[in-house]
Amino acid sequence: MVKLLLENAQKEGIRFLKTYRENGGYQSLEKALKMAPDNITEEVKVSGLRGRGGAGFPTGLKWSFLAKPENTPRYLVCNADESEPGTFKDRFLMEFIPHLLIEGMIISSYALGSNRSYIYIRGEYAWIVDILRQAIEEAKQNGYLGKNILGSGFDCEIFVHPGAGAYICGEETALLESLEGKRGNPRIKPPFPAVKGLWNCPTVVNNVETIAAVVPIIKMSGAEYAKIGVGRSTGTKLISACGNINKPGVYEIDMTISVEDFIYSDEFCGGIANGKKLKACIPGGSSVPILPANLLLKTAKGETRYMNYESLSDGGFATGSMMGSGGFIVLDEDQCVVKHTYTLAHFYRHESCGQCSPCREGTGWMERILKNIETGKGKMSDIDLLWDIQSKIEGNTICPLGDAAAWPVAAAIRHFRDEFEWHVLNPEESQKRNYGLANYASPLALVS
Amino acid sequence: MVFSEEKMNEVNRLIASYPQGKQKSAILPVLHLAQEVNGGWLSTEAMDYVASLLQLDPIEVYEVATFYSMYNLHPVGKYIFEVCQTGPCMIKGSDDIIAYIKEKLNIGIGETTKDGMFTLKAVECLGACGYAPMMQMGKTYREHLTREKIDQIIESCRSMNN
Ligand SMILES: Cc1cc2nc3c(=O)[nH]c(=O)nc-3n(C[C@H](O)[C@H](O)[C@H](O)COP(=O)(O)O)c2cc1C
Ligand code: SF4
Ligand code: FES
Repeated sequence: MVKLLLENAQKEGIRFLKTYRENGGYQSLEKALKMAPDNITEEVKVSGLRGRGGAGFPTGLKWSFLAKPENTPRYLVCNADESEPGTFKDRFLMEFIPHLLIEGMIISSYALGSNRSYIYIRGEYAWIVDILRQAIEEAKQNGYLGKNILGSGFDCEIFVHPGAGAYICGEETALLESLEGKRGNPRIKPPFPAVKGLWNCPTVVNNVETIAAVVPIIKMSGAEYAKIGVGRSTGTKLISACGNINKPGVYEIDMTISVEDFIYSDEFCGGIANGKKLKACIPGGSSVPILPANLLLKTAKGETRYMNYESLSDGGFATGSMMGSGGFIVLDEDQCVVKHTYTLAHFYRHESCGQCSPCREGTGWMERILKNIETGKGKMSDIDLLWDIQSKIEGNTICPLGDAAAWPVAAAIRHFRDEFEWHVLNPEESQKRNYGLANYASPLALVS
Repeated sequence: MVFSEEKMNEVNRLIASYPQGKQKSAILPVLHLAQEVNGGWLSTEAMDYVASLLQLDPIEVYEVATFYSMYNLHPVGKYIFEVCQTGPCMIKGSDDIIAYIKEKLNIGIGETTKDGMFTLKAVECLGACGYAPMMQMGKTYREHLTREKIDQIIESCRSMNN
């Protein structure tokens, strides 16, 4: 399978500039600096690259929205906050092949006209801060950063800014607040960062993987990149797989592989651990809808489901999910969906910034109810109440964290209502054993 | 609390990474330094010191310090075990790891052992879900935890302090 990002990631010494360069590193930068900045944006547009941070917004289009008023600096900010449960792909990329991100940052900064670019990295990745700073230092010593890069006349500096523990700072406007030295409260939009971002200047915020993907795009051309994958899912995608599988880890896939192959083939997850059966999966990070095995492997129409943006969301929220951040969480037959959903509700309550009442109050309320159901103190009416609360959070908040908190609860009830009811009806037994597989892996009745 | 000359150089390097007049941006990284120098937590004195270094009102620093979970606003032990408890770690047995640490050190979540050596915290996803169960200890992660690994970690912390 084609690998554009992680091909060399496990090579001895690739963390250092010398080995990175021996393996073709910084050639894209040399090529890019001979191009006009707008032509780079054009290549990115043609490539069909979509943001890898979760929303999947076309990157070239985002870049073309950047306002360019005279005498005002513009900024590129890399989002390395990576805090969505189930997601650990950016960490892998930065830890093993940091120069790929640095090279992508320099090319993107050149395309956007950013002379000062920032990497906002979650504070817990403290050792990666050191790895990145070292890579930046090496790049500087070799003339890839600083003044007049490789004689092009372009000046650029990159700075690493560690956060301090707050999932909400992954939301791009909260990230900018945090980078300005404030609490991570998301801003009301508009204005969008492309017009008023960091210190009120036009700003592009992109995910680590998105920025890294610019390197192969420049190397091979946007048109060639667009040939990989299928439909509007072009190029390769990093998936971090975890849960009850034989081979948890970070995998680079081209988006033509089926979900079934991804889970069961030895090249990827290697099947469900301990010979157990697949029960459910959250395919794109904790915020996206959980799917029972039968809807995960096949769509409601009975077609094979693939690991790409369109196929994962086939059926909408009724019977589909989302690619999200690529955090692939697998649950086997022994797992309790109620308990898992409760830990996520706890997470969102803890991470809500508290600015909007539906999110602040709703996340806490959902957590309390889920805890009751999980510990055998729930009532049947609680299930409908949960449904009601989540529906009142969704769409009624300043930032999408509210939706992100509502969706996992909604999907769990939608697909696993019998498991919730079993907890309520069997308060004692549910404390001793889990509900099990039920019929979640059985073939679906086809919808015509 | 005051920074050594070496730390002051670091502070100045941090301030220089933001445009002129935007030194407020350095709050987060400078608070990390202050916490390190101040024995793992931020006292009011430490926060006031950071405010003076960055020419900010103390309230601007308090506001920030209370928002982010990595800042400890109370004294902590020499070693902090921050065990991840979110879904993906839960399904790989983080409950058992937390229960074992509690029992072994005889402390609850958020508490510190009487000898001031260990603090236990339950935290949210740290981006190590594929290597679960796991915890953060200072600048590093300890992954694929088992009861035996916890024994070894505690042992080695204790032996380093004998
Ligand atoms: C609550 C919340 C958390 C987010 N966390 C991250 C994150 O950790 N990393 C990331 O790249 N994007 C995250 N995003 C998405 C960003 O807001 C933004 O869309 C993204 O960084 C844009 O980059 P992209 O277009 O390259 O994906 C988050 C969004 C929300 C609402
Ligand atoms: S939705 Fe939640 S996290 Fe987002 S701004 Fe509102 S309260 Fe804050
Ligand atoms: S859930 Fe524990 S590290 Fe992600």
